[in-house]
Amino acid sequence: MASLKDLRLRIRSVKSTQKITSAMKMVAAAKLRRAQEQAEAARPYAERMARMIATLGAGVSSDAPALLTGTGSDKVQLVIVATADRGLCGAFNSSIIRDARLMIRGLQASGKIVKLYCVGRKGRDGLRKEFGDIIVEQMELAGKKKLSFADANMVAQKVIALFDTRQIDSAHIIYARFRSAIAQTVTRQQLIPVPLPALDAGKASGGASALYEYEPDEDAILAALLPRNLSVQIYKALLENSASEHGARMTAMDNATRNAGDMINRLTLTYNRSRQAQITKELIEIISGAEAV
Amino acid sequence: MAGKITFELVSPERLVLSKSVDMVIMPGSEGEFGVLVGHAPILATLDPGVVAVHDGGQIIDRIFVAGGFAEVTAERCVVLAEDATPVKNIDVVAAASALREAEAGTDQAALKLARARVAATQR
Repeated sequence: MASLKDLRLRIRSVKSTQKITSAMKMVAAAKLRRAQEQAEAARPYAERMARMIATLGAGVSSDAPALLTGTGSDKVQLVIVATADRGLCGAFNSSIIRDARLMIRGLQASGKIVKLYCVGRKGRDGLRKEFGDIIVEQMELAGKKKLSFADANMVAQKVIALFDTRQIDSAHIIYARFRSAIAQTVTRQQLIPVPLPALDAGKASGGASALYEYEPDEDAILAALLPRNLSVQIYKALLENSASEHGARMTAMDNATRNAGDMINRLTLTYNRSRQAQITKELIEIISGAEAV
Repeated sequence: MAGKITFELVSPERLVLSKSVDMVIMPGSEGEFGVLVGHAPILATLDPGVVAVHDGGQIIDRIFVAGGFAEVTAERCVVLAEDATPVKNIDVVAAASALREAEAGTDQAALKLARARVAATQR
C-alpha cells in the first residue's frame, strides 16, 4: 500500500493538473466566443455571395468557367483536410482524420487518384504515415491569433493553381461543422465543381434574375466570382473548424477537470483512511505495550 | 428626393456598413457609376477604388475597396468588397511605398491596386 507521503504527493500532483485543465477550459471558452463571433461576422458575405451565384448560375451558359462545370472527369480528387494545430481537444482531430482516411480509402478503392492538402498540423501528423506520398500541400495555422481571410485566400489560390494546371479534377474539404460546444459534426463539402444551390431556390429568390443587367457580362462576372466563392467557402469551413476546435477543447478540459476532482476525492478518502488506520495501529501498539508491563 | 436606397457594404470578415442613403458611387470595372433608389437591377464587378456614400447632399463616407462585386436592385444595393478600408484610415506612407514596390514588380493587378489606393488618399 502506498505510504501517506506518496498519497500526499499524488494528491498535490492531481491538484496542479486540475488547475491547468481548468485554466485551459477558461481559455478555450474565451476563444470559442471569439471564434463564434468571427464566424457570425463572416456570414453576411457568404450569404450574399451564395445569392449572387444562385442568380448567375440559373442562367449559366454551356461555356461557363470550368470551376463551375468541372473538367468532365473525376479521376484526380483533392481532399483538403482541415484540423487543428494543437491536441488536447478530445476526439476532435482524430474524428476528422478518421473520416478523411475513410474517404481516401473509398476513393482509392474506386480507382481514383487522391491528393491531400493538410491544413493544420495534427491532420498532417495523423495522415503522414499512411498517405505521406500523396500529401501535395500543407499549411499550419500555428501562431496566428486570428484566422484571417487572407489565410483562406492563400489556400484557395493554391487549389485553383492546381486546378488550372489540370493536376486535379475536383476538390473536397473535410472539416468539423460547429453545432454547439459539445457537438461537432465532421462534414465533407464539395468545392470544385461548385455545387449549385438547388435550382428552385435560385429561382424563388431571384424571380427577377432574368431582369438583371450584367456589367461587364455574365461569364466575366462568373469567372471573377467563382474563385472568390472558393475562398469564401474555405474561409467559412476554417472558421467553423476553429470554433469546433475550441468547443471540443472546452468540453474535453471540462471533463478532465471533473475527473481530476473525482480523483482528488478518492485519493483524499484513501489518505484519511490510511492515516486513521495508522493512528489506530499506533494506539494499539502503545496500549498493548503498556499492558505488557 | 424620391427616397432612399438601402446600401450594404460587406467584406469577407464582417458587415462594414448597412444604412439607408441617397446615393452611392462605385468604381465599376466598366467605369464609375452612381446608384439611386429605383436603379435598374444590375450585377457588376468593381475595380479597386473608392465607394462614395452620399446622403443629405454631402459625402458621408468614403471607403476604399480592393475590387469586388455589386448587386443592385430597385431598393437595395449590396457591395461585396474584397477588402474595405475607410479612406481616412489608409496609411499614406505605406500606400506610397506599396506603389513603389508594385511599380518595380511585374504584377499588373498589384500595380493597379496600389495606384488606386494612392489615388484614393490624394482626392
